[in-house]
Parts: sequence; C-alpha cells; structure tokens
Amino acid sequence: MSIFVDENTKVVYQGLTGSQGRFYGLRNRDYGTQVVAGTNPKKAGEDVDGIPVYATVADAVAATGATASCIFIPAPGVKSAVMEAAEGGVKFIVVITEGVPAQDEAWFYNKVTDDFPDVRILGPNCPGIISPGKANIGITSGDIALAPQPGKPAVGIVSRSGTLTYQALYELKLQGIGVTTCVGIGGDPVPGTSFIDCLEAFEADDDTKAVMMIGEIGGSAEEQAAEFIAGKMTKPVSSYVAGVTAPPGKKMGHAGAIVSGGKGTAAAKMDALRAAGVKVGQNPTEAGELMVEIVESL
Amino acid sequence: MDLFEYQGKQFFGSFGIAVSPGEVADTVDDAVAAADRLGYPVVVKAQVQVGGRGKAGGVKLAADTDEARTHAGDILGLDIKGHVVKRLWIEKASDIAEEYYASFTLDRAAKKHLGMLSAQGGVEIETVAESDPDAIAKIWIDPAKGLDDATLRDWVTAAKLNPQATEGAVELLGKLYTAFVDGDADLCEVNPLILTPEGRVHALDAKVTLDDNARFRHDWDEYEATQTRDEREEAAHAKGLQYVGLDGEVGVIANGAGLAMSTVDIVNQVGGSPANFLDIGGGANAEVMAGALEVINNDPKVKAIFINIFGGITKGEEVANGIVTALGRVQIDSPIVIRLDGTNAEQGREILSRHESETLISRPTMLDAARTVVELAKR
Repeated sequence: MSIFVDENTKVVYQGLTGSQGRFYGLRNRDYGTQVVAGTNPKKAGEDVDGIPVYATVADAVAATGATASCIFIPAPGVKSAVMEAAEGGVKFIVVITEGVPAQDEAWFYNKVTDDFPDVRILGPNCPGIISPGKANIGITSGDIALAPQPGKPAVGIVSRSGTLTYQALYELKLQGIGVTTCVGIGGDPVPGTSFIDCLEAFEADDDTKAVMMIGEIGGSAEEQAAEFIAGKMTKPVSSYVAGVTAPPGKKMGHAGAIVSGGKGTAAAKMDALRAAGVKVGQNPTEAGELMVEIVESL
Repeated sequence: MDLFEYQGKQFFGSFGIAVSPGEVADTVDDAVAAADRLGYPVVVKAQVQVGGRGKAGGVKLAADTDEARTHAGDILGLDIKGHVVKRLWIEKASDIAEEYYASFTLDRAAKKHLGMLSAQGGVEIETVAESDPDAIAKIWIDPAKGLDDATLRDWVTAAKLNPQATEGAVELLGKLYTAFVDGDADLCEVNPLILTPEGRVHALDAKVTLDDNARFRHDWDEYEATQTRDEREEAAHAKGLQYVGLDGEVGVIANGAGLAMSTVDIVNQVGGSPANFLDIGGGANAEVMAGALEVINNDPKVKAIFINIFGGITKGEEVANGIVTALGRVQIDSPIVIRLDGTNAEQGREILSRHESETLISRPTMLDAARTVVELAKR
C-alpha cells in the first residue's frame, strides 16, 4: 500500500499550459501517473500532448473523474486556484508553487478545512508526493525512488525540505530499501499537511514498516511530531533536522526556516525526537544509515 | 522585512490606527526644526531595529529647542548594540495614564492567527509571559472567518484593561487586525499601547514585520530602500540567489534550502566554519553556478569553497558541465571541493575528473567533501 496517492489517483494539473506545468505534468505522466486533465480558462478544448485542457477544475472533474489536483500557478493566483480545486470536487490538492503569501496560505488552509473537511492540501512550496511505482505528483525525479521490494520491508519518508527528500530517497535506493510513499510537506509557515498527518497515515499503512522524517529549523512541527511518535506510533522512526548551526533571526531559504527568540532550534528538535525514541542522525547520510539498521533489525 | 518604528507608524497610520504625530529627521538641524513644528515637549527617538534602545540612551524627552538640539546630537551616531543611529523620529510627547501590550501574529502550530493583549505593557512581553502568564489575554482567530466585534469585545474584557479604555481599544485593535491581514504582516505589535488621561487610546510604538512573499501586491519601495543588508547579501540578492552571510572561511554553494543548511551544518561538524549559506535553487546550470561563484569569490574571508549538489531533475552530467563552464567564466582564487550525487552522479564525476587538480577536487560523499574543504581552508 501507499498513503494519499496510488495508481488509481487521477490528477488534473492547474497550470498545465505553462512551461513548468507542462514539463512536470508530462514527466509525471511518463512515470505512470494518471494525468487526466489540465486547466486554463482561456484554453479550454485544447490539449497538451494529448492531455485535454478544461476551463475549470469542476469541468475537468466532470469530464475525467479527477480526484487530485497539482498546482503550478504563480504565487499571486494560488489562493483562488486552491479554492477552485476544492470547490471543483478534488480531494487532494498538491501546491508546488513557492513564494505564496503567509496570509493567503493561512486563509485557504482554514477555509478548506472549514468548508471541505475531507479535502487535503499538500504544500505550498513543496516537491510533491511520490508513491514509487504507482504515482508521482510534483517535481521529484522518479528515477531516484525505489518501489517496495518483494520480501523486504519498505519505509515511508516525510520531509520539510526538497533536496534533502531526494537525498533520502536516493540513499535508500542505493541500500536497496523500497519506499511506500515519500511526502514533501514543504517549508512554508502553514503547510496543508503536517508531519503528524503523514506519521498517522504511515502508522496505519500495513506495508510501511518504518518512517524516515526530515525536519528543519523554525516553528514547532518537529516537537509536535515527537510527541505524536512517543504517544501513538509503534513503527520505528529515523530522523535528521537541518540547520543545527543556523544563526538566529535569519531565514534560511524557506519562509518557515527561521530561529526566532531562541525557539525552533535544531538542537531542541533533535532532543525532542531522541526523547521520543527516534534515531537521530547528525547529517542526512547518517539518518539513512540509521534507517538501514532499523530495516535490518525488522 | 522588519520596519523601523517610524515606518511602522506610517503603516499603522495608513490603516487609520491612532499614532502620535511625528517627523523623521536625519540631521540635528532637521530634528530641531521638526520639534519646533510639532510643539514641545517632544520625544527624540533613535530609529534602529534592535530592542533596548531606551536603556542605551536612544530615547530622550526634550522640553525645548535647546534640549531637542542636545538630544538629537547625542543620539545621532550612537552605537546601540552594533546598530549606528542614522535616523531619528521626533514625536510629540504623550501624557500616559496606563500602558498596555497588543499584538497579532500567526500561530504556526495552531495554523490560526494569534492575538495577544495585556494590561501590563511597556515591558517585554516575554517577561510578562514568564512572570504572570495569566496577565496575557490570548485569542485564536480563524483566518478564513476573521475577527468579529463580539469576540473583540470579549477579548478586551478578558484583558482587564481600564474600563475607560474599552471603546478605544476595541476600535484600535479592530484596525490593527485589518492592518495585520490586509497589510500582509507577519507581526504587528504595539508596546506600549497607551491610555491617555483624557481617555484616548493610541499606539506609542510600532513593531511591524512584513511578509516578503506579498511584495507583489503592495508598494513597499520606501521600506525596501532603508533595509540594511550585508554587502555580500546585496550582491547575491541582485542575482536572485538565496544568501545568508556568516563569519567563517568556507564558502558554501548548494542546491535547495535544506541541503544548503545541511552543508553549513556538516562544515561546522567537522571543525570548519562556513562563510555563508547559499541556495542556488533546484537546478544547477552554468549561469546560476557562475553567479554563485562570483558572489563567494568576492568574499575576502573565503579560503576554500564547497559545492554540494544533489542532481535530481538536473542530471549529474549537466551539473558537472555547468560547473566546468562556470569555472571557465569566473576566475576563482580559492580551492574548490565538489560533492556531486544523485541522478547520473557517476557520469558527472567522470566529467569533473577530467578537470581535477590541486584546486578542483571531487569527493563522493558530503562527509568526505566537508573534511577535505575544511582542511584546505585551514592551510
């Protein structure tokens, strides 16, 4: 099994006609993802390499039965694109776009949660989600991910950082460890899907035997995750937290990655995770090695 | 982006929030002229983005022209915790009956707006939170629903302000919330929020942080112009690179914020000291790489450079070719250690190996590369 997306997920790409949307939409289709539609209010009736384009998500859902959307719309249009997707009837909305204003994400996260409680948002500012061998929605390179191997335990990955997610996938692949699903939750202040949402789903997924979690400085998401792991998780977890030596008050690339007022430090996060029984690596490679140990002991 | 107090007050003013009248001055003569226009007594306030300026002598009351001249002269050029005062805010002095605290920010854990109001103002809110947490009335607001009048009133009541302040506080806080949301602020803080003996409520200070991501829908040019950035950060910013200046000797270039942070970490871990955090983004083409190398090369402290790239979508051979092309364009003074991993890393390393020398070294893992670059930097 996998979490959130699989081979049956039908995806509509909002922004498929743009350069980024087209590039990744076609790549995702090549991977085997069911890319069923694109949207563009001015290009309804056209197609992108055979993928039909509709005016709205609602039209695309009506015509194709799309269940998920992937947003490649520039930041100013993301707020209305997310609402269009939720109102249009998809249940899973992946927002790749970076640079979305925090007030917008706070608004649409709560609006969707209030009015469409069965809809999940992933992102913004995230690499997307891949269930290797089944579906790849977003910008992750499919060939660095290994699908679950017969007779061997598979693991799940959840990460706040893009490149470190790829690093994690790749290291596990080199070790021959398959991945059920790898979720990039993104580095923004209001992520639609949190560590806990993913940990909960991995805990419930029979095929996922262990979880690798990659955090970074800022906020308290890792501490909350540690609390969840200590109280509610039976599966082993390995982890790495980036930004041990980040200076206070400076945003480290991601809008959410900032140590402020002594809060959100990597050291505090690693301590909380260790206290919850998580094996914490000092760098991504070490976290990968710890995962190898975990898998070998299963 | 953090605003100076005077900018915060202009920002508040644009949302109809009551602030004390005042003027900006960059010279002693301008300060005196402003004070004369405003009428005495005035407060002469240093404009610096650091706390504790009052204790450092950066805020003084002037009863007349002579005092205004003396204080302006003393405060201009004053060094407050490393921030030299270049600008003053001359403000008409207010009679204060009581001092309160008010703020709006985003509670990331709750994913809601958080409002904090306290009858204990004028001191650091962290201190109040520790000594008397019950003295802070908090409300969590659903950003999709906003703040209605009844909730606002209940909140003000819960904070136990002087009943005389209720109406004024309700009005001001409603506007402050609008400023926070519509103004795209990450933080709007008023400390102190004051009640005057005549029963008026207004903002005596303004601490505002704006969300850089919302720049596209605002005219923030004036605020931008006064931002003080490290020169290296300025140069990197102009090239569209994510750069944070640090104090060490190892220049760091990586693709992706997480990997860049991780690179800074690992350099520290093996006993080195990074000169910067630099994220060139997901790809790693020659153009971007050349720009990044120029920025690093212009930092005189840099003794060695660590290029850490994970090829995902950008394949290893493309990354390697990008690096080689960039090195052809930029004359680099320091030795470079490259760690290239990910898709087609082998092919990439093969390309790099043809160009390897004492000053261009390729290492297969992050740890190996970090050790090598730190050793080179110490030579």
